[in-house]
Amino acid sequence: MSAPDYDPKQVALLDPAQLEAARDAGLAAFAAATGLDELALAKTAHLGGNAPVSLANREIGVLPPAAKGEAGRRVNQVRRTLDTAFEQRKAELEDERDARVLVEERVDVSLLPGTVPQGSRHPLTTIQERIADVFVAMGWEVAEGPEVEHEWFNFDALNMPADHPAREMQDTLWLAPEGSQVVLRTQTSPVQIRSLLARGLPCYVVAPGRVFRNDALDATHSPVFGQVEGLCVDEGITMAHLRGTLEAYAEAMFGSHLASRLRPSYFPFTEPSAELDIQCFACRGEAELQPCRVCSNEGWIEVGGCGMVNPAVLVACGVDPERYSGFAFGMGLDRTLMFRHGITDIRDLYEGDQRFTLAFGTEA
Amino acid sequence: MRVPLSWLRTFVPQLTASAEEVAEALLRAGLEVEQVHRYGEDVTGVVVGRVLDVELLEGHKKPIRYCHVDVGAAVHEVVCGATNFAVGDLVPFAVPGASLPGGFEIATRKTYGRISDGMICSEAELGMADDSAGILVLPEGSPLGADVVALLQLRDEVLDIAVTPDRGYTLSVRGVAREAATAFGVPFEDPALLPVPAADGGYEVRLDDPGCDRYVARTITGFDPAVPSPAWLQRRLVLAGMRPISLAVDVTNHVMLELGQPLHAFDLATLQGPVVVRRARAGERLATLDGQDRALHPGDLVITDDSGPVALAGVMGGAATEISDTTTTILLESAHFEPSSVTRTARRHRLPSEASKRFERGVDHDLAPAAAEAAVRLLVELGGATAGPVSDVDQRTPRPQLRLPVGKPGQVAGRTYEPAVVRRRLVEVGCQVEGDGVLLVTPPSWRPDLTGAAELVEEVIRLEGYDTVPVALPTAPAGRGLTESQRLRRTASRALAAAGLVEVVTPPFVGEPLVDGLGLSGHAPPRLLNPLSEEEALLRPALLPGLLTALLRNVGRGLPDVALYETGSVFRGAGEPAAEVPKTSQRPSDEQLAALDAALPAQPRHAGLVLAGRRAQVGEAVEALVVTGRALGLELTVQRGQEAPYHPGRCAVLLLDGEPVGTAGELHPRVVTRLGLPARTVAGEVDLDRLVAAAAARGPVPAPVVSSYPPSSVDVALVVADEVLAGDVERSLRAGAGELLEAMGLFDVFTGPQVGEGRKSLAYALRFRAPDRTLTDAEVLAARDAAVARAAADHGAVLRGT
Repeated sequence: MSAPDYDPKQVALLDPAQLEAARDAGLAAFAAATGLDELALAKTAHLGGNAPVSLANREIGVLPPAAKGEAGRRVNQVRRTLDTAFEQRKAELEDERDARVLVEERVDVSLLPGTVPQGSRHPLTTIQERIADVFVAMGWEVAEGPEVEHEWFNFDALNMPADHPAREMQDTLWLAPEGSQVVLRTQTSPVQIRSLLARGLPCYVVAPGRVFRNDALDATHSPVFGQVEGLCVDEGITMAHLRGTLEAYAEAMFGSHLASRLRPSYFPFTEPSAELDIQCFACRGEAELQPCRVCSNEGWIEVGGCGMVNPAVLVACGVDPERYSGFAFGMGLDRTLMFRHGITDIRDLYEGDQRFTLAFGTEA
Repeated sequence: MRVPLSWLRTFVPQLTASAEEVAEALLRAGLEVEQVHRYGEDVTGVVVGRVLDVELLEGHKKPIRYCHVDVGAAVHEVVCGATNFAVGDLVPFAVPGASLPGGFEIATRKTYGRISDGMICSEAELGMADDSAGILVLPEGSPLGADVVALLQLRDEVLDIAVTPDRGYTLSVRGVAREAATAFGVPFEDPALLPVPAADGGYEVRLDDPGCDRYVARTITGFDPAVPSPAWLQRRLVLAGMRPISLAVDVTNHVMLELGQPLHAFDLATLQGPVVVRRARAGERLATLDGQDRALHPGDLVITDDSGPVALAGVMGGAATEISDTTTTILLESAHFEPSSVTRTARRHRLPSEASKRFERGVDHDLAPAAAEAAVRLLVELGGATAGPVSDVDQRTPRPQLRLPVGKPGQVAGRTYEPAVVRRRLVEVGCQVEGDGVLLVTPPSWRPDLTGAAELVEEVIRLEGYDTVPVALPTAPAGRGLTESQRLRRTASRALAAAGLVEVVTPPFVGEPLVDGLGLSGHAPPRLLNPLSEEEALLRPALLPGLLTALLRNVGRGLPDVALYETGSVFRGAGEPAAEVPKTSQRPSDEQLAALDAALPAQPRHAGLVLAGRRAQVGEAVEALVVTGRALGLELTVQRGQEAPYHPGRCAVLLLDGEPVGTAGELHPRVVTRLGLPARTVAGEVDLDRLVAAAAARGPVPAPVVSSYPPSSVDVALVVADEVLAGDVERSLRAGAGELLEAMGLFDVFTGPQVGEGRKSLAYALRFRAPDRTLTDAEVLAARDAAVARAAADHGAVLRGT
């Protein structure tokens, strides 16, 4: 074998100093590349087919066998160094590019399309559900009755015969013509009668709903308002059970920190009868110290009437008053809402201004 | 009932508690003390003065007087705007430095060009009354220069009590005083316990009707009609809220306020023949004291003489026999009338009076003679009269004894009361109590409300205090929770809110023009007999009127985009009144109950919505209802409709299982104009009860098979005539595509020359998938072709591009 043709320039590339120079030039070019395009050019120049390290590799073959191993190792080391440097720089530049693009793609995340319209439910609806849930949790059921009611249910069966002065306590709206026997129910109490007649005993029901009076609309009165009726008839029911149930109700609606009291009163369908007062949430009964607008310095807020079911009512429903006893209550929902939410004008509840309802969300 | 505390204390001399303490104690005992009024606390420097002269100052808008007032120690000049006093009158005069209620200080000042060196006072200015017509003229004989506060006993407190129908006896100072004495455990001195002269052949009285069972008539002669009521008497009446009129009238009012027995004074000289109490006869009339000439009803109980009716028993006297300023002989009536008769008459003639208020609630059955005697004594003492003969017709029947097991109050309260406590409390109420074990109780004559054991139980529990009743929770049996319908109604409400609608709660009253204007009169809305306003005398036959009213209010308040919903009962038609209203002495029969329900109008619950502004599009309204149906698990189908009050081309009828359950659409332009609504307002309403009933009846939902094989999607564009509903095309495609169709959506609607005049192109994306395999292209194409073929057959649809 003759010695191969020898290209002094190419052979010179295998010189360690030359190789180091080529390596350093490549490293510098990679580091100097400011973008992926420049880096690609640098790669061609320093790792491409005509790059010094590639040419050097090709010349290893012409070396004498004894020198091949040493030269090959040297060239490969340079190549690996350059490859690593290239990949590192490429990753760096890609990160930079990505970061730049993501920044450029930023949007105003507070800009809402408004394609999901906002609805809400009326607090009179949600409070009825809330109260129903409190009682359902105690094992009670929710009863219902018509808003336009027969006077027998609204009055007679509730121990209010035709000439009873108690009928005058409530300004009743009657349906025409005279003698129709039909009223807009003045209270939710007729549901007591319907429940006793239809459900049998024992009977534990609440009945939230709307009631109607011939009252002009002003800041504190409405001809239409919400009430929740409660009725418990069972063996051995006492006034202590009434107190216990009302305290549970008051706690659920007003919190445990407010005291309640029963004040003797009169309803034809209960005996004994009482008004339930809740300590004013605003002044907590300390109106003497600071005048209170919420309760007019009374210290108490009247939330409804209650009592032990009058035996006459049980008899009208075919229930034996010797064996069964019960209690009933009727609470004003509007007043409860006004106190819960600080509503000062009852008209807000019935005017239908959507700004009012919207504030309450769907489960206020 | 306004009870001056000074008056009350005369019957409870040992009562030392303050007005607030008394009020609190009465409240605990069940008397609704609404307010404690204080009078005269801050009045100083007001003395009795005599008006020496009066000069009218000319040239002012109202009459202004310049006077001199002699207060004994000095003569003051004063300018005064009142005109109801004369030279020589005695008046309350506030001297400079005096103070009046509200911290009002009196000083010398110049006004209307004169010096005003003090002030002549009215009752209101002295804090004696809430308002007064003019100056308070004092009775002749009031000492000149005397302190008016002391003279008139201005310093007083008045308990204002709202009297419940069962406590008629507290419409008297006597009744409230008894409660106060019981509350504080101090003795009560009953003003009705006074010796009464026996009947001795007085004026002839006949009772011809059971509506009156006791009639005491006292003859009084030699009465001096010129004598005014003394200051103390006037003061008491004013504090109790009544106007002093004349001595005779004031005395009867005083006795009524003190004892609770309404009295009536006839001018004896005007009576002809015996007094007969009977029902009015057809055609009879009576001119009452208030100047009204009234046609009497055969149900009215009347007092008559030979001339006919002279008074409406227990309600109001007649003008012809009224006491006048020349009356010297009086026939004083003190009677007991049956409550319901008085109630009916007072209501029939719209004539609530102080007397009827008391008789309606029941007046003390034994009180008539004592009340008459108390009045006669005052007329004799103050009016110089002589007591004449007495008649007393008594047809009362004895009251039955009530039986009360002594343990019953404890049984009701859930605690025990000692038998001695039960007896003592009943005695304090005024009952006579005999026996033990089962007590035999005779309620007092002033408590007609005590008719059974339950009422006696209440007396014991209330007097022992409701706060001594223990607290316990009853144990209800396991409940069934909300009914399916109740849960579904909540779901519907939440779905409507989730559709971006805001709930409102509107009153159910509507006016005829609105009902007619919306074409709803065919639903026969019930009419109110006594509406709040004649303009809104109907009950809503639909939710739409209330929603539109609320919409207008929102728009009027500057809200351009409005989206409202409401759920609630609507009222339609009229029932048939029951032939008889059942008694309450036993459970009505099922037939009787059915007859009661048959008297009611239909009142289904509806859900309605209105939209104005940006979202005012028919599709929005229809979709909100369709989405609500889906929330209930129901698929409502949409058809074109022509219902009032909608635009005939923009009205949808919603069907459930082929039956219409609601409508939606854009309101008819004429309706929009007439009601002043925003242009293109849309609305919708469904019968919520029917949706809920259908949903509740469905039973558990069968779960779908969720395939994990890959889907195949195909788009089709169909050209149909303009009037064909997209919803119908979609239904046909579904039906034709068969079970492999998993989902379908409309993604483009196109009209233009390319599809031809009067036609539109509907582009749908169809997604097919099988539950058990990957579909082949051939299967997918076959399904697509079947879908298109069905649409072609049903609606003449042509696949676009073919």
